Amino acid sequence: MTEVTELSWPEADAPHTKEVLLNLGPQHPSTHGVLRLVLELDGEYVARVDPHIGYLHRGTEKLAESFTYTQIFPLTDRLDYLCPPSNNLAFALAVEKLLGIEAPIRAQYIRVLMAELARISGHLLITGALPLDLGAMTALLYAMREREMIMDLLEMISGARMHTSFCRVGGVREDLPDGFFPKIREFCDIFPNRIRDYERLVDNNRVFLKRTQGIGVISAADGIDLGLSGPNLRASGVDWDIRRDEPYEIYDRLAFNVITRDEGDCYARWRCRVDEMRESVRIIEQCLDQMPDGPFQIDMPTIAFPVDKDRVHCSMEALIQHFDLSAYGFKVPKGEVYSAIEAPKGELGFYIISDGSPKPFRMKVRAPSFVNLQALFGVTNARYLADMIAVLGSLDPVMAEVDK
Amino acid sequence: MSVETSLIRTLIAERFGGAIEELGFSHGVHAFAAPPDMIVQLCRFLKEHPALRFDFLSDICGVDHYPEAPRYEAVYHLFSLPNKWRVRIKCRLRDPPRIPSVTGVWRTANWHEREAWDMYGIRFEGHPDLRRIYMWEGFEGFPQRKDFPLRGYKDKLNPFGAEGPPPTQPDLATKDIP
Repeated sequence: MTEVTELSWPEADAPHTKEVLLNLGPQHPSTHGVLRLVLELDGEYVARVDPHIGYLHRGTEKLAESFTYTQIFPLTDRLDYLCPPSNNLAFALAVEKLLGIEAPIRAQYIRVLMAELARISGHLLITGALPLDLGAMTALLYAMREREMIMDLLEMISGARMHTSFCRVGGVREDLPDGFFPKIREFCDIFPNRIRDYERLVDNNRVFLKRTQGIGVISAADGIDLGLSGPNLRASGVDWDIRRDEPYEIYDRLAFNVITRDEGDCYARWRCRVDEMRESVRIIEQCLDQMPDGPFQIDMPTIAFPVDKDRVHCSMEALIQHFDLSAYGFKVPKGEVYSAIEAPKGELGFYIISDGSPKPFRMKVRAPSFVNLQALFGVTNARYLADMIAVLGSLDPVMAEVDK
Repeated sequence: MSVETSLIRTLIAERFGGAIEELGFSHGVHAFAAPPDMIVQLCRFLKEHPALRFDFLSDICGVDHYPEAPRYEAVYHLFSLPNKWRVRIKCRLRDPPRIPSVTGVWRTANWHEREAWDMYGIRFEGHPDLRRIYMWEGFEGFPQRKDFPLRGYKDKLNPFGAEGPPPTQPDLATKDIP
């Protein structure tokens, strides 16, 4: 006969709490990629969170050391894959600073135009994805509809929907195609109304407001201490935008507002991005109005590919130039540079050390998502698990950029 | 030579004397070289001095200058939000590389330092939680060092890697971390 042990239930009033370890991710829809959070739960409370990253580590920096400068552009595409043009731009600017050159004005306008399209595309995702994480699905589907328009525009310019690789050191790859201007003007006309649609969808959603307002508050001092940048920091009331404060390319010719909020909560971070999309449309319209004629690539045969591709087939010099640049690359003078731009996620910096060869000696990417994600430590301790999803969504990390 | 360069330089010279070497101003960044044992004091000074206020740590980056002789380097990029200035501090480190951690000055240094440890094996002394961040636990070697092969070492998971066993460096093994 087996012995029957009497099961004893904990007394109703006796504290019977045990911390539970829970793995959230790496495959979980609300972690926006392959992020694994090891959570120590005390009931619904998150006692401790330990993010594990690196599932998407591709060794971008190590790879870059064995690539020529032109070959690195496709690598930068794959950092923040929602907005590759800004990554291309950041890298091109860093190399151009080392070389002491500047792209022609028309190329700068094209780059800024594309970077702002990318900003809208990146912000659109979080506009829809944060409500999705909190249970409101509709906004994401509408946001994807508009994102498709941007994809089409980028495809028109570069031939690729996502990984455009359109920048080159000293300019862009090609000129804008015929029929591009009416298309993008149409987008600029339609899009501000669509932003109003999202606002109507989400801003009146009481569940969304309850779950974001006053949740995950980061003060300005904490935000700076944690290294937040971009809209995440501006939502805490820090008025800092690299586009305005250290203007690169032609941003000093453009009029735009830097959006800041004082609350520092999840809603403010979401709101900042929605408002930034409006400013981006303004920037794009100004780019279209001001876009000058002229070359789209610097006139330096040692750095830029031949503009007229047909010449490669009939001119010896052009063939040699093309071959030399493709096979060997171009030499970049010895030195080091740290160049940062205002990417959609925050300060995207490239630190490049050159030893005078056609390949970088060291390339460090200061990835904004990597730093922003770390702030999860600072805000989510002793918070409800459900709130943590909101905080994570509002910080808007892109895991490809976190893991490099 | 701008006003800010001379201001930063004189303030640093006043406080630290000749210990901090100036490397000049290029591409918008003022560069300084510091001995590793002074990094925490220097960072705190730059962050807290009312005229400088480098309150934002942009980045910490490890560099391997193999086969040069002090081989490693830790590079800090600081930004001043009120003044919009940028400063780079470079510390050359002997093998095995060690440097005090600046996590006490900025919390954001935590992951940057973990990355530099993971990729270069630079040990940040006083770091609260110096674990690997990108590579998995139990990984041997430091992949961004110049003598680490691009494709890694050959093993059963990596048939295309370079021949030769991964270098074991017992004094730098992850388990030793306090």
